[in-house]
Amino acid sequence: MAAARKDNRLMLAYLLRRLLYAIPILIGVNLLTFALFFVVNTPDDMARLQLGAKHVTPEAIGRWKVEHGYDKPLLLNSAAEGSAQFTDTIFFQHSAAMFAFEFGKGDDGRDIGNEIKKRMGPSLAIALPVFVIGLLVNITFALLMVFFRATYLDLWGVVGCVVLMSISGLFYIIAGQYFIASLWKLLPISGFSGGIDGLPFILLPVLVSVVAGIGGGARWYRTIFIEEIGKDYVRTARSKGLSEVRVLFRHVLKNGMIPILTGAVVVIPTLFMGSLITESFFGIPGLGSYTIDAIQAQDFAVVRAMVFLGSVLYIVGLILTDLSYSWVDPRVRLQ
Amino acid sequence: MNIQPVILWTDALIFALLVGVLVLAWGISRHEHLRAPWGVVARRPMAMGAALVLSVFVVIGLLDSLHYREKLAGSQADKPHYSVEVLSAFDALVGTLRTQHEKTYSAPLAMQLYAKEFVEHDGVTRREYPRLQFGGAHLDDAASRMPDITRRSAVGLAQGLALSLLLFGVLAGWQAHRTQVSLGEWLARWGEGRLGWPGRTVVGVLTLLLLLAGVLVHLATAYHVFGTDKVGQDVLYISLKSIRTGLVIGTLTTLVTLPLAISLGIAAGYFRGWVDDVIQYVYTVLNSIPGVLLIAAAVLIVQVYIESNPDLFDNAAARADVRLLALCLIMGMTSWTGLARLLRGEALKLSTLDYVDAARAFGVSHTRIISRHIFPNVFHLVLIAIVLDFSGLVLAEAVLSYVGVGVDPSMHSWGNMINGARLELAREPAVWWQLGAAFAFMFTLVLAANLFADGVRDAFDPRMGSRR
Amino acid sequence: MSELLRVDQLVTEIGGARIVDGVSFEVAAGETYALLGESGCGKSMTALSLMRLLPDGGRVVSGTVQLNGEAVLALPESEMRRVRGGGMAMIFQEPMLALNPVIKVGEQIAEALVLHQGLRGQPMQDAARALLDAVGVPDAARRLDSYPFELSGGLRQRVMIAMALAGQPKLLIADEPTTALDVTIQAQVLDVLRHLRAERRMGMLLITHDLGVVAENADRVGVMYAGELVEEGARDVFFATPQHPYSRMLFDALPRPGDGGRLTTIPGQVPRLDEALHGCRFAPRCPFAIARCRLESPLWQEINGQRVRCHLAGTLPLRMLQQAGEHSIPAQSAQRLLQVDGLKVHFPVRRGLIQRTVGYVRAVDDVSLSIQAGHTLALVGESGCGKTTVGKALLRLIEPTAGSVALNGETLGTHNLSSLRRQMQMVFQDPFSSLNPRMRVADILLEGMDALKVGKAGDRRDAVAKLLQQVGLPDDAGGRYPHAFSGGQRQRIAIARALAISPRLLICDEPTSALDVSVQAQILNLLKDLQDRLGLAYLFITHNLAVVDYLAHAVAVMYLGRIVEHGAAADVLRAPRHPYTLALVSAVPRIEPHSGESIIRLAGDQPSPLNPPTGCHFHPRCRHASAVCRQTYPDQTDLGSGHWVRCHWVAGQV
Repeated sequence: MAAARKDNRLMLAYLLRRLLYAIPILIGVNLLTFALFFVVNTPDDMARLQLGAKHVTPEAIGRWKVEHGYDKPLLLNSAAEGSAQFTDTIFFQHSAAMFAFEFGKGDDGRDIGNEIKKRMGPSLAIALPVFVIGLLVNITFALLMVFFRATYLDLWGVVGCVVLMSISGLFYIIAGQYFIASLWKLLPISGFSGGIDGLPFILLPVLVSVVAGIGGGARWYRTIFIEEIGKDYVRTARSKGLSEVRVLFRHVLKNGMIPILTGAVVVIPTLFMGSLITESFFGIPGLGSYTIDAIQAQDFAVVRAMVFLGSVLYIVGLILTDLSYSWVDPRVRLQ
Repeated sequence: MNIQPVILWTDALIFALLVGVLVLAWGISRHEHLRAPWGVVARRPMAMGAALVLSVFVVIGLLDSLHYREKLAGSQADKPHYSVEVLSAFDALVGTLRTQHEKTYSAPLAMQLYAKEFVEHDGVTRREYPRLQFGGAHLDDAASRMPDITRRSAVGLAQGLALSLLLFGVLAGWQAHRTQVSLGEWLARWGEGRLGWPGRTVVGVLTLLLLLAGVLVHLATAYHVFGTDKVGQDVLYISLKSIRTGLVIGTLTTLVTLPLAISLGIAAGYFRGWVDDVIQYVYTVLNSIPGVLLIAAAVLIVQVYIESNPDLFDNAAARADVRLLALCLIMGMTSWTGLARLLRGEALKLSTLDYVDAARAFGVSHTRIISRHIFPNVFHLVLIAIVLDFSGLVLAEAVLSYVGVGVDPSMHSWGNMINGARLELAREPAVWWQLGAAFAFMFTLVLAANLFADGVRDAFDPRMGSRR
Repeated sequence: MSELLRVDQLVTEIGGARIVDGVSFEVAAGETYALLGESGCGKSMTALSLMRLLPDGGRVVSGTVQLNGEAVLALPESEMRRVRGGGMAMIFQEPMLALNPVIKVGEQIAEALVLHQGLRGQPMQDAARALLDAVGVPDAARRLDSYPFELSGGLRQRVMIAMALAGQPKLLIADEPTTALDVTIQAQVLDVLRHLRAERRMGMLLITHDLGVVAENADRVGVMYAGELVEEGARDVFFATPQHPYSRMLFDALPRPGDGGRLTTIPGQVPRLDEALHGCRFAPRCPFAIARCRLESPLWQEINGQRVRCHLAGTLPLRMLQQAGEHSIPAQSAQRLLQVDGLKVHFPVRRGLIQRTVGYVRAVDDVSLSIQAGHTLALVGESGCGKTTVGKALLRLIEPTAGSVALNGETLGTHNLSSLRRQMQMVFQDPFSSLNPRMRVADILLEGMDALKVGKAGDRRDAVAKLLQQVGLPDDAGGRYPHAFSGGQRQRIAIARALAISPRLLICDEPTSALDVSVQAQILNLLKDLQDRLGLAYLFITHNLAVVDYLAHAVAVMYLGRIVEHGAAADVLRAPRHPYTLALVSAVPRIEPHSGESIIRLAGDQPSPLNPPTGCHFHPRCRHASAVCRQTYPDQTDLGSGHWVRCHWVAGQV
């Protein structure tokens, strides 16, 4: 009991330290995006790009900047009083404010924070099944190849993986939409709807994304398992008289899952961000299509918000990875 | 001089790279222990077949990197004016393929346009599929099209076969002479795969390539083999032109960032302490920003810069080229972290090895330890990273072009081809050939690169499998 | 005795190489049969062939294996699984790697219990605990819930043995079961094996390279060379009169106490097994070989119940020609070369939110020693005692926490590092990781001279040739890369590298522990020659007491970061006083039968230097420990002529 409590306390201290580490990284991300969006590329440039060549007049630029709140000094507002010298600046209002998850408004006038909340669900509806099913399918294929290792089944399995990897992701989507939706009319080509009615809309993008990931995933996991199967403890397990299936599923899988799971955990938080391409092609109103629309419309406020959100989620992923290590690997747990 | 050579930024880098590769190859060939792993690669049928296919792409890409401008017909000798259009040696080679524009879409090997138009026939205006200006223009009627295609294909195949037989004969003669065996004995060894190198695969792939080339040459002179695109350009020509873009992105991206990845990765692993902390901080920050978004942001900025400084570029090709280079740099900046992290780990391991301790016991300087003990022992990882990243980058170009942050829209690239044609599948009948050609070319290049990379990886480091 | 295992004409190939070639032997129930041989001779592959667990690409080509009359090689795979673990079980060399790191040891043992005894639930738990008890794991019930990494090397190997016993095998195959363990732990584990074999009347196939282990544990011995069995006989006869020249040379290559002369070495290398071999495989290296040996493979001959494959068996002189050599003990020049005082190396341990230092690993804690010019001081201790750290700290490869180092009376610090490096160099343990694979041998040798600017740049190339000659390498070696050399040759290169700058002191960190006995002899001879010729002093760091006996003038014994006993080699090894040294000396397996003296077995493992026991560090394992031992660290007790110990017990006796 005492040991468990001590473990918990260690874990808490560890978690706190990781969170503390995250802060300078987020500040770094923030400064970098600030530099990219406001220093290298001044608000005037942005305005010019947005307004188009024909409408560029100093007045128009000024008006645009006021509309978007970019009319303030970058870092230090010498015209203001007291703390407003720092707060009434672009940096404070547009970059530092993101730490409070205040993202402001997009060019379409909508609140970015609200949009993010609204769009996370649809993104997750696609990304989560893709992640889970993909993981299962890839591990299954990898285990199959490993079970038949050094036979033709394995050899051609690997070649098949390389072939699948060599196909552009866009091809999977376009071909999937064309054949399954347009030609054979098995599933709707695009669109989204909440609840159980949404299922048919989800099936195709999930199917396509999973298939697109098999090549790389299965091959990677195969090499992990193959490396494990060459280790001494596998020979020990066999020397006990265990069957090959049991050696594979109990001994090899358990060790191989350590790199696989921890590699997978880091992406879990970023699932919220959805997939740019898939969502865009299938008309899913998620964060992925939101981002891609923003990029194409050159809506800097939204892009900036997504960069920040993305890095926050990535850092959460890193912390989760560390935690999952200590969860799946007993060697890490007690150190 | 009827032409003025134009050296674009990427041309210069590509040829610098070529020189670098040749120098490296020369250096490697002189060291037995460096040559050995390449010998292993050369003995793998898959890798060698892939290398042959890759070399075809590389040759086309290199030809397409020799740029020039033609002198305008009307200009005087002492004060020549040159065309604004930048052409390449490849353009000169394929000749009419570039210039024979149709009006709009036409299907592969078609002799009529895709869409019906009002055509005046003997004073009567009718709505029908008009004949193409160039594709199948030599035919009298539609009935003679299939026989003509068959005949041309057969001639092409025959010529390809003849050429490959000739080459095979030369090869057999030369090899038999070199290895001092009778021709019959060599052929027997070749047939049984006992040559010590994958002779059957090499000859087979070469024959296949020559057959394909024969057919293409004979068909392409009279038809649009892959049809035409929306503005009537030959899709085969665009696909071939896109090869250079793919190669540039696949190679230069890794190359421009190698110095960064190598120096920071090794420094972090070797020096540890605060150096390691700082470098790790930098790459965690860069890594934490979603890659596509960082690229998008940077590309948008470059775009703004190019558009606000139009006078820096004297022609459209130069502008597109700078944007391509910028894309390579940006993609490199976001992707060096992977290699750096790998090298850091390896340098960390190497710096604890006894031979590094032995060097430190002599007081050998850090730079010397790094250059003599660390770098040569991680070089294979750098090489593997270059070949492994190549295919991923080629694929990424298509995605980025779709997002709108890829290469310049005026530039020929598979991404632009796909982006331009993806909505045309919904037409009735579907316009599939542009997409098909882009995907097919991209697939061939990426597959060849992947197979080659597999061979290289296995030869240099059998335990490297865990890195994707 | 009833025959348990019969191996007949076993041939095993891996990728075209016949690594086991026509091996036949029998093992009776309750008997220990030792397969003896150097690395690469095929002894492990023989064992794996019996278990049918060959690595990928390996296969048994011909021959039969019968276990209790059952033809093992003919069994279908499903039947074979019953034999593995149930009929014969195997223990592997490296207990850390051989146990699954993420499964609790209890479950790993239980797997075999379920499979071979059909136990489940509480009976299975009880049986697993009983097994751990049987192999001497303290607190067995709790240990069932441990993961392998939580156990020490000795305990892991005991768990491994328990797991092998779970199927109640008739035959136990032990493949170098103690090679990875410290000598005191090795003694514990061998005891367990001996005891279990007698208790359960198992047959045991013991695979080892260590003649001492064979002498103390085997009933019969088979010697393997290059895939073949070359000699076989009962232990006592074999050790009294080894018949095959190879066996004899193995004996003569062993450094022995008090001998001082040169060791016999076996010239040349083991032949490649992927080529066609004619005649006796040992002929190219055999000093007695005649023309017939090179043409005709010898058949088995029997001499006094010993079997041997040698044409000349029985006709060879009984005692091999000892290469007579004078090892001159240098005149007692009282010139002190190295003087180390109060050396400490502490590594901080950081924990908590802000990573503050919560403690120190005291890897080296107040070590003082001195070496005279031209002399050898051996620093002896088990793994983890801090002896390697001492060596590295002297060269400042690890920054010492405290202490002073003086060479020739000149105190060395960061200000005169190059002076230190000119006079002191190091030879490392592993000849494979100590040479950069991407550098030519000549460049490796030049590195030190270039860095320290020894001699004129133009002369250095000539110096390389001289160095190569000095360490007995061919002239053309300089142009080649390390991978072209064998382990022994690589160690010569490493020695040449250190010699390149003409140092006065070499720190040798276990330079022979990665080498076979016959190669070890070559290196030891070389080191001795160099000392005679160049007047080098050595700090010889090792765990191998036989080597110490052979080479050292003085010995310092280290335990948990401190020196516990120090003195002239003869005094410390022949008349050790500290209980730890006593145990260490007595734990070494010997070829000669123990002369009545009882073997001291140490209980437990060496504690962690992070949290050493209070008082005398050794007291938890010491049978003489008293109350004062638990409270205060003992002072130095002088026993005369430079021999001193740190022990309350000894102090009480004086």
